Amino acid sequence: MTEAEPIISVRGLEVGFGARKILKGLDLDVAPGEVLGFVGGSGQGKSVLTRAILGLNAKQAGVIEVFGEDIDKMAPASHRALERRWGVMFQGGALFSSLTVKQNIQAPMREYLKLSQKLMDELAGLKLKLVGLPPDAADKFPSQLSGGMVKRAALARALALDPELLFLDEPTSGLDPIGAADFDDLIATLRKTLGLTVFMVTHDLDSLYSICDTIAALADGKVIAHGPLEAMLASDHPWLRAYFHGKRARAIRSPNEMAPA
Amino acid sequence: MSKPAENLPDFSVERVGSSARVVLRGAWTIAASRALERAAQNLSLAATGAENAEIDFAGVTRLDTAGAWLIDKARQHMAAAGIAAQFAGASPEKAILLKEAAYAPAALDKAPRENALMALLVGLGAWSVGMADQIVRGVAFLGELAFGALKVMVWPKAMRPTSMVFHLDSFALRAVPIIATINFLVGCIVAQQGIFQLARFGASTYAIDMVGVLVLRELGVLLTAIMVAGRSGSAITAELGSMKMREEVDALRVMGISPMEALVLPRMVALVVALPLLTVIGDMAALFGGMVTSYLYNGVSPQVFAERLQQAIGMNTYLVGLIKAPFMALVIGMIAAIEGFRVEGSAESLGRRVTASVVNSIFMVIFLDGLFAIFFASISY
Ligand SMILES: Nc1ncnc2c1ncn2[C@@H]1O[C@H](COP(=O)(O)OP(=O)(O)O)[C@@H](O)[C@H]1O
Ligand SMILES: [Mg+2]
Repeated sequence: MTEAEPIISVRGLEVGFGARKILKGLDLDVAPGEVLGFVGGSGQGKSVLTRAILGLNAKQAGVIEVFGEDIDKMAPASHRALERRWGVMFQGGALFSSLTVKQNIQAPMREYLKLSQKLMDELAGLKLKLVGLPPDAADKFPSQLSGGMVKRAALARALALDPELLFLDEPTSGLDPIGAADFDDLIATLRKTLGLTVFMVTHDLDSLYSICDTIAALADGKVIAHGPLEAMLASDHPWLRAYFHGKRARAIRSPNEMAPA
Repeated sequence: MSKPAENLPDFSVERVGSSARVVLRGAWTIAASRALERAAQNLSLAATGAENAEIDFAGVTRLDTAGAWLIDKARQHMAAAGIAAQFAGASPEKAILLKEAAYAPAALDKAPRENALMALLVGLGAWSVGMADQIVRGVAFLGELAFGALKVMVWPKAMRPTSMVFHLDSFALRAVPIIATINFLVGCIVAQQGIFQLARFGASTYAIDMVGVLVLRELGVLLTAIMVAGRSGSAITAELGSMKMREEVDALRVMGISPMEALVLPRMVALVVALPLLTVIGDMAALFGGMVTSYLYNGVSPQVFAERLQQAIGMNTYLVGLIKAPFMALVIGMIAAIEGFRVEGSAESLGRRVTASVVNSIFMVIFLDGLFAIFFASISY
């Protein structure tokens, strides 16, 4: 897996607001077909990193390559081509408030593809089914949805073009445990069947255990650890120990990881 | 990104007796856009006439949910036409995808066709109910506002001086330059027109009377109120509306803080104080404009202008204009707040409400001015 050229490669990334540096020379690779779980304390800059990779936050230094191309040196046309190969689900959903759920899902289709309205309606229905929303959600406006439904609708929109690379910012926060498990299943299925690469910011230990191939941890503006779950569990970095061996973690840690009492 | 032609979704059909073998080729992904849609349409008719069909995936280079769904739709289409169709040669991944993205005929909710007359009547009904609703809202709002104001009077602690001063700063102080400028310009224009038009009767000195009366009674307060409606009314609606959108108003309510007292009253008080003050400034600026113009066109010195003005106007001229200002402020603030609280979830609704706020309050300001004109005429003030 590490042999192939990484889909996302970040080198020496520095991002700050005013005098305050949030990311201080961050390095990160995401391999094709991998589900990367990105963890870090609140306010450490996980969303800032995601936005920087997406080109939404200006960076002060560093190189970001996506699909092997430097996003700074890209021509506008290839940037557009890139944008249809990735799907993004923002932390707050970022659904267009004046469009219905169905129109939200169809927005990228309309922008990039020439499809008949009928097919777009049907495909929107399919996406809704995939993310577990009832068909009658199609004609609701975002303000009429519950928090969990907003997350699902946002995922449906992120999947509208069947992207190769998916960015998810805290996708399962706000979902009930059953919904979160369904979500994990869906990501696992899509990864298996479509060869999807997923960059997922998450605090959901269940997701980390069940669907992430590798985990990267952010602290003090750098990736302090990057590797499979076992490596994280074995690490003696204080933050990682607190994260993976804390009170919350204990309940779901796999039995063989439980230290003998 | 243009896909090479050999990568487009395609298929070929081999028939042996009553069975057909449909061999799929290429990338059946949504990136193919129209080509995918067309291929899928043809696919559903590919095995017409056969009794059973086999859909072979061996040649499919890429498959995504849209492709899988469309192929499954074609298969079910065949099944509906009496052709026993099944998949073959799908890798385990593709098989899972085909299962996940299985086609299910959508329970299409056909919108009932309505006839034009019915639609018209329904529209009219909805409009009337909406109007009645708006009146009720207005009255309820006024009541709530009066209640809030009374409460503040009885119990001054409920007042929010910080918020009031903050809004006074943004509604009054920051509006001074623009209000002074437009009133100055209008003063110039009125004086210039007065001088030219009245010169034909040899009465161009009366232009000063005209500027004085027109500006102080009507134009000063009207222009200022319209400017405030556009500037501060829209701001109030947008602020309250976006607070409502993000449940901030509800957050206040559950803390036991009345949005009326916390949000509306300070803005209302600030407006009611700001508009008369701005009107005074506007009046002065307009008179100054008239004076400058009179000097430039007619060589009337400032002293002569001032003397003439003193004869032309009385305290009442000035008060007639000024007395209208707080009422206009009340109307602007009320409309802005009501529209703000009517914002629903979407950005579009916010835009609509801000527009309605500005248009309605400008209309009401002018309407109110007309009522006052009738009133003052009837009491000959
Ligand atoms: N637009 C911004 N302006 C200033 N500071 C910001 C901005 N966006 C984020 N930050 C700061 O960057 C830090 C990281 O934020 P974020 O990436 O959202 O955290 P998280 O890791 O919880 O997603 C926070 O301290 C936040 O205050
Ligand atoms: Mg975040």
